[in-house]
Amino acid sequence: MIDIAPTIATSSSKSYGWFDLAMRHRVLLASIFVLIFPFVMPFTALAVNILIYGLYALGFNLLFGYLGLLSFGHAALFGTGAYLCGIAIVHFGLPWYAAIAVGVLSALVMATLIGSLAIRTRGIYFAMVTMALAQCVYYLFYQAVDWTGGENGLRGINVRTINLFGLQFDFINPLVRYYVVASFVILAFFVLSRILASPFGAVIEAVRENEARARASGYNVIATRLITFVLSGGFCGLAGALSALHLSIVPIESLHYETSGTAVMMTLLGGMGTFFGPFVGAAVFLLLENLVSLWTVHWQLIVGAVFVVCVLFFPEGIWGTILKRIKP
Amino acid sequence: MTASAASPIILRTTGVSKMFGNFVALNNISAEFERGVITSIIGPNGAGKSTYFNVLSGAFRPTTGKVEFEGRDVSNLSQHRFAHLGIAKSFQITNIFPHLTVHENVRVALQALVSRYDIWRARSTLPGLTERADELLALVGLKDRRARRARDLAHGEQRALEIGMALAADPRLLLLDEPTAGMSPEETRIMMDLIVRLAGERTVILVEHKMKLVMGISHRVLVLHHGELLAQGTPAEVRQNEQVKRVYLGQREH
Repeated sequence: MIDIAPTIATSSSKSYGWFDLAMRHRVLLASIFVLIFPFVMPFTALAVNILIYGLYALGFNLLFGYLGLLSFGHAALFGTGAYLCGIAIVHFGLPWYAAIAVGVLSALVMATLIGSLAIRTRGIYFAMVTMALAQCVYYLFYQAVDWTGGENGLRGINVRTINLFGLQFDFINPLVRYYVVASFVILAFFVLSRILASPFGAVIEAVRENEARARASGYNVIATRLITFVLSGGFCGLAGALSALHLSIVPIESLHYETSGTAVMMTLLGGMGTFFGPFVGAAVFLLLENLVSLWTVHWQLIVGAVFVVCVLFFPEGIWGTILKRIKP
Repeated sequence: MTASAASPIILRTTGVSKMFGNFVALNNISAEFERGVITSIIGPNGAGKSTYFNVLSGAFRPTTGKVEFEGRDVSNLSQHRFAHLGIAKSFQITNIFPHLTVHENVRVALQALVSRYDIWRARSTLPGLTERADELLALVGLKDRRARRARDLAHGEQRALEIGMALAADPRLLLLDEPTAGMSPEETRIMMDLIVRLAGERTVILVEHKMKLVMGISHRVLVLHHGELLAQGTPAEVRQNEQVKRVYLGQREH
């Protein structure tokens, strides 16, 4: 299914074509793209949204595309990151960077909890168990009105200025906001690339390719799955935390199963198991949503049609298909 | 080497039974496997060979009885621990990492011994793995296939690759489940040569359906029938055994 092997060249092949060269510098290329991205977008707020959802899909893809486990509960990780970041600011008055750290750490804890319960199941059962657990998290946050605002969402996350090394940045300015979020996304690109190129990245590939063989070789498949789930949760939690800062509110919908489905759609649209695919998927999804909804309220119909066409005719996703075509 | 490692018996099963519901797949099998020789487990279809193999390799836990490797009870050990103890296996059905290259297949098998949870350093900096993988590929005769996708190899080559991966853990005990299943006569001959070569340095236990094939290379043979140990001994002894003759005569030797 995944033909674009995410493998960093480990064999000592001597001749690197431009394609391999680009693959080896994917973090740099993706970062450059992110830096010029707001100037090709119709408006900057949309670009920020694409960054945040791209990051969310990127984290989801680590589990789904690279390890081959379909979770239908990633909203719980995104939402936990968002809510805990928001709570840290609203209820405890923490500075923005500490609030982001709180968001990411809580998502890691939540991923460990959900992961430990779900990780022994596979396939459709894993999807169902993660979804059920995510619904539990939804109701937990929904009921804790004093902390989360219940169905109104958590309001009042007002971060107006970003202080960094004695410098003050105006977070209300859309472009400043974009580059603050972008710096976290670039950091995430770097971390993800390190993980994929690490020895553990090889274990992830091995488990995806053949669990029985991986086990016979001496790898603990369950532990590998759980660690990957938690790492995936970290990226999604960061995306959630950034979304809380961006929107100044955490809507209860961020924990809704529709948010889980969004990650699946964006990843499939862009190309599962590719480094940049989830980002492309998020961009296409949100662009369609924003542009089509300008002339019809039935934008979901169009997005749905594009999704179906993609899955039917480009099973490797938009980015996956492009990679396959340009590969020499 | 510890005292137990020097003992002539590398693997011992004591009263091993395996039930699937009410079905008795293995009934009270006690056997000892000598170090440094090739032992073959044979028997007709449904004799319990594969079940026994799966108990020996840790894929199944015995319902009763115990399995000891070098004096240590391994009956209830998780399967991924076996590779670290020095037991490696190949599967009856080809079991490789299909989308990785031949070299990456062996390399990732080698890596299991040195790094399993490191998420930060570059995997290419792990010392010695690339070279060791090339050595193993040379040993199993796949050196010129190293950059190919594993799934693009011929069947016989995939089986050889699997053995290369099993050897990655530098096992003292190598368990092979029907290593020549589905092979052409030429591929079978190459595989048999390879097994004999490997047995020089390590203990090999082999499950095989085709009796004729293993008689020539085995030092000891165990015959299973209906989940019970029917006979054991040297190939000559087993060939003379009246019960074995009766079991195999009914369906002719393959």
